[in-house]
This record gives sequence, structure tokens and C-alpha cells, in this order.
Amino acid sequence: MAKTIQEINDKIRAGRAVVVTAEEILAVVKDKGVKKAAAQVDVVTTGTFAPMCSSGAYFNLGHTKPRMKLGGGRVTLNDVPAYAGFAAVDIFMGATAIPDDDPRNKVFPGAFPYGGGHVIEDLVAGEEVRLTATAYGTDCYPRKALDTLIRLADMNEAVLFNMRNAYQNYNVAVNLSDRVLYTYMGVLQPRMRNANYCTAGQLSPLLNDPLYRTIGVGTRIFLGGGVGYVVSQGTQHNPGVRRTDRGLPMGGSATLAVTGDLKQMSPRWLRGASFTGYGVTLAVGLGIPIPILDEEMLYYVSVSDADIVGPVVDYSEAYPNGKAEILAHVTVAELKSGEIVVNGKKVATAGLSSYARAREVAQILKDWISAGNFLLSEALEPLPGPESGYVFKPLAERPAIQTLTEGYSNVASVK
Amino acid sequence: MQKKVVLNFPPHLIDQPITYRLIKDFGLVVNILRARISPREWGRMVVELAEDGGRWQDAMDFLADTGVEVEPLAREVLRHEERCIHCTACVSPCPTKALDVPDRQTMTVVFDRERCIACELCLKVCPYQAMEILFE
Ligand code: SF4
Ligand code: SF4
Repeated sequence: MAKTIQEINDKIRAGRAVVVTAEEILAVVKDKGVKKAAAQVDVVTTGTFAPMCSSGAYFNLGHTKPRMKLGGGRVTLNDVPAYAGFAAVDIFMGATAIPDDDPRNKVFPGAFPYGGGHVIEDLVAGEEVRLTATAYGTDCYPRKALDTLIRLADMNEAVLFNMRNAYQNYNVAVNLSDRVLYTYMGVLQPRMRNANYCTAGQLSPLLNDPLYRTIGVGTRIFLGGGVGYVVSQGTQHNPGVRRTDRGLPMGGSATLAVTGDLKQMSPRWLRGASFTGYGVTLAVGLGIPIPILDEEMLYYVSVSDADIVGPVVDYSEAYPNGKAEILAHVTVAELKSGEIVVNGKKVATAGLSSYARAREVAQILKDWISAGNFLLSEALEPLPGPESGYVFKPLAERPAIQTLTEGYSNVASVK
Repeated sequence: MQKKVVLNFPPHLIDQPITYRLIKDFGLVVNILRARISPREWGRMVVELAEDGGRWQDAMDFLADTGVEVEPLAREVLRHEERCIHCTACVSPCPTKALDVPDRQTMTVVFDRERCIACELCLKVCPYQAMEILFE
């Protein structure tokens, strides 16, 4: 018995839709089987809350008197540089930006206590941040300097725009070397003493719609505690990877670009994060409702942690050098148990993506839909799928000028 | 009963064999968990003491008379609950299971102050500055 999104929305409006989370659906399927569950359940909600570095927000600050063109000038929020290469008062703050005077990794490993992710969190929390700007001045925009406090409410538009979120599956990071590694996957102890993973597993949005049948351009989602939308596939989208029988990618695959009104969002779901020795990022809460159009969709959302496998990758050698070496494949169920076995060795695991918070996202989204406050949207365009030929390729370098070292060696040879 | 305390030594006591006296003179069972002692600075030592062994009260009086400050360790370690997002990143590095996930269904991270030895391993690991140790 197939359903349309229109029919599901009619039920949501009437307060009759049956909505469960991607965790709750497992018990329903166990109890009733796929066929009955598909007839009964209308929507399954997913969720994730994890660091997502390719996140950021753009702001329209409002015009000063006299006018000032920040475009081509320098702008900071709480000393963190923002990108200003736009018209007069539009700026973009990226999650990983850090103050010019942050010591970075000069004393290794750096602490990176504050950056773009924290600026976004502070603004969303309603706090005042310090805006400074310098510009070169023009006939139409004469002003050259600005130093003021500003809050989110003072801005015209404030929009979260993340070019890559919600990675469909991800690496499990280990360290085969003899020294401690400080990475975006956390602190990795030498000789594979720990393994860090980053996935919401059975609650993860794209793992519940592995072939992108319902998630596409324009899908309405939970984003940062407010309502957002899928813009398109995210950067580094890579749908052509190897998959399991269930269609689940066996490593990093699809990604989403998403956007939403920052003024609706909450600091509970947008959190600045500091990774020792690596830098600053933003943890983003994101949830997507999956319409149960038919039995096939129900089968997809019945994915459990035991079905999902991720590749174990060495972050001392293979990852930094861009080598495609995989030490083992392990399931999310194994990762969540606290211990995995790699090459016969027991390795303690730790997460970076919060499963506890992912559950909360899925629950909130379920409550919104059950209360009739959130309708599902029809995708305007599908995401490029496994057969599309869409690939994620490395950079092929073509040096534009002679490098400095070559220059030096030429000087030496003249002598 | 085991009790974890922080002993703060003023700089002039650094060359005194205080721990030796606690064991030898007062019969305490002392387990040193961590220590930071350098010349001409306040020294700090986290120790686990067995409360029922030895002359406990006499030992505490001795420390007070000598000028060593004693503080309970638990006061020095805290998790800012509102900052913790329960990512579990700190769980495998924590050597004492003071940070642990007792329920692998909900994956909520529980912090048990009593087990903490202030080793600070979680500080570098937590991306959200949720753990704080007032040990410096
Ligand atoms: S300081 Fe942190 S890592 Fe060390 S015992 Fe205490 S909670 Fe565990
Ligand atoms: S690493 Fe920090 S945020 Fe994550 S569970 Fe531990 S204390 Fe909480």
C-alpha cells in the first residue's frame, strides 16, 4: 500500500500521522514485520549531533552612517576574522576561523579555545559580540573604521549555511605510530590504543535513506534547533562507493549542503568545539524526517547499528598521505559496545558524534510532526545517486611558478 | 574507606619528607596518584588515603601544624553539565572509569567524581570544555 507525501501531510495536519524515531522503528518492525509496519507508520525521524567543519553563517549587519563598504576590507567578530568579499555589509563566518593572535600549534598541541564555531554559538545564545572592521573608503562608502557591539537580533539576516554536513557514514580513526596524534577525529593514542568514530549509526539521516529516494533538494529538516532545508548534495559528495547488500555505503559517501534561519536556532544545537592540536569547529544538530512511502522505505529505515560497517583507517600514515588503505571494517554496534577488534587486537572506542543527542533530535522532530507543526516536503531534485557517476576527486596539482626551494638551488648552482 | 585528597605544600616544605612521616609516624596507607613539585613553588600532590588505617586525626593535625593544606579532591574536579554533549570522547582515555557509559542503549556519559584522580587526560580530549580541574 503506497502512500504519497501529500497523503502523509494530510494526516499530519489532521493530527493522525503515526511518527516514530529511527530507533523506535526497530522494535515496531521486530514486532509486526516490515509489511504491517509500513502500512501503519507514516514518518520515521532521524537525527545527528556532531562536529561538522564545513559549516558557517552569513550575516547582513545593516548600514552604518556614514556608509562603509566592508567588501575588500577586514572584519572580525570577537577577534575571529570573517570573510568580507561581498557587497557593503554582508559577511560570512566560517566554523574553523580563529583569531589572528591565536598561537595555533606553535606550542604543540594548541588548545584553540575560541573560534568561528564559538562566535556562532555565542550569537545564537543572544550574546553581544564585538564587531570590528576596517575598509579603504570610497566616494559612496566613505567610512573606514568600525568598532561596536552587536547581537543576532540587531542583524538583518543571519543564516546558517553549511556546505558539507551529515556525512553518510565515516572513518573510524586509529593511530599505528609511536606518538600521540591530535586530529579532527580527536586524540589518538599510539600503537592503536584507541579508536574514534563519528556517526549516529541507526539514527543517522542518510543511513536511513541510503539511496536518496526521499532526501533531495528542498527537503525540510531540523537544523540547529530550528527549521532548515537541504540545498543540494554537499561538497565531497561521493555516492559511488562500495555498498552492502542493504545499499549502505561502507565508508564516507553522500553529504548534504543545508541552510536555515539562524535566528530560530538554539545554542543547544549549535556548539563551538575545540579539538586540541587541530582547531575549532561547530557541532551541528540535524534531523531529517523520512516519509514511509512504501515497504521499501520502511525496509531502509529499519537499518540497525549491526548493519552499518565503517572502515578503520590509520591517521598516522594512510589518512594524511591520502592513501586508500583500510585496516578493517567494523560495525557501529561493535563501536558502540566500547571495544572493537582490529588485526586481533582489542581497541577501546570513543565517539565524537553524540548518540544521546541524536536521539533527542529525532524525538524533537517527531514531536513537531506529531503536533502538526512540521510538514514534509517533496524533493525538487534528487541527489546524485550511486549510478550517477558523480565522484569526489583529489586535487591534481600543476605548479604555476617555480617553487622557492628550486629558486634557492639555482642560486647555489650559480655560486 | 578510601579518601582522595589534595595536599598543598608551601615552597619551604618541598625538601621535607612529609609523605614518609605520614606513613612511618602515623601508619597511614598512602597511594600517590599524581604530584607536581618543583623548587621554590607550591607543590601539589593528589593522594588516596585509607581512612581506617593508622592514626588519621593525628596525621591531619601534623599536616595542619606543618603548614600543608588538605582539600578534598572532589571539590577540584567538575563537569559543566550544560556543556557536556555526551559524545563519549572522554570515556576511553579516562583511566578510572570516572567517566563511563553505563547504559549502551542511551549512550549517556556519567561522571562519578569519587572515582576521579584528577589525571587531566579528559581535559585535552573534551572538545566542549566541559571538564574542569582546578589543580593549577
Ligand atoms: S581527570 Fe578526567 S580522565 Fe582523569 S580520572 Fe578524572 S575524569 Fe577521568
Ligand atoms: S568529551 Fe566532553 S562533551 Fe564529550 S562526553 Fe566527555 S565531558 Fe561530555
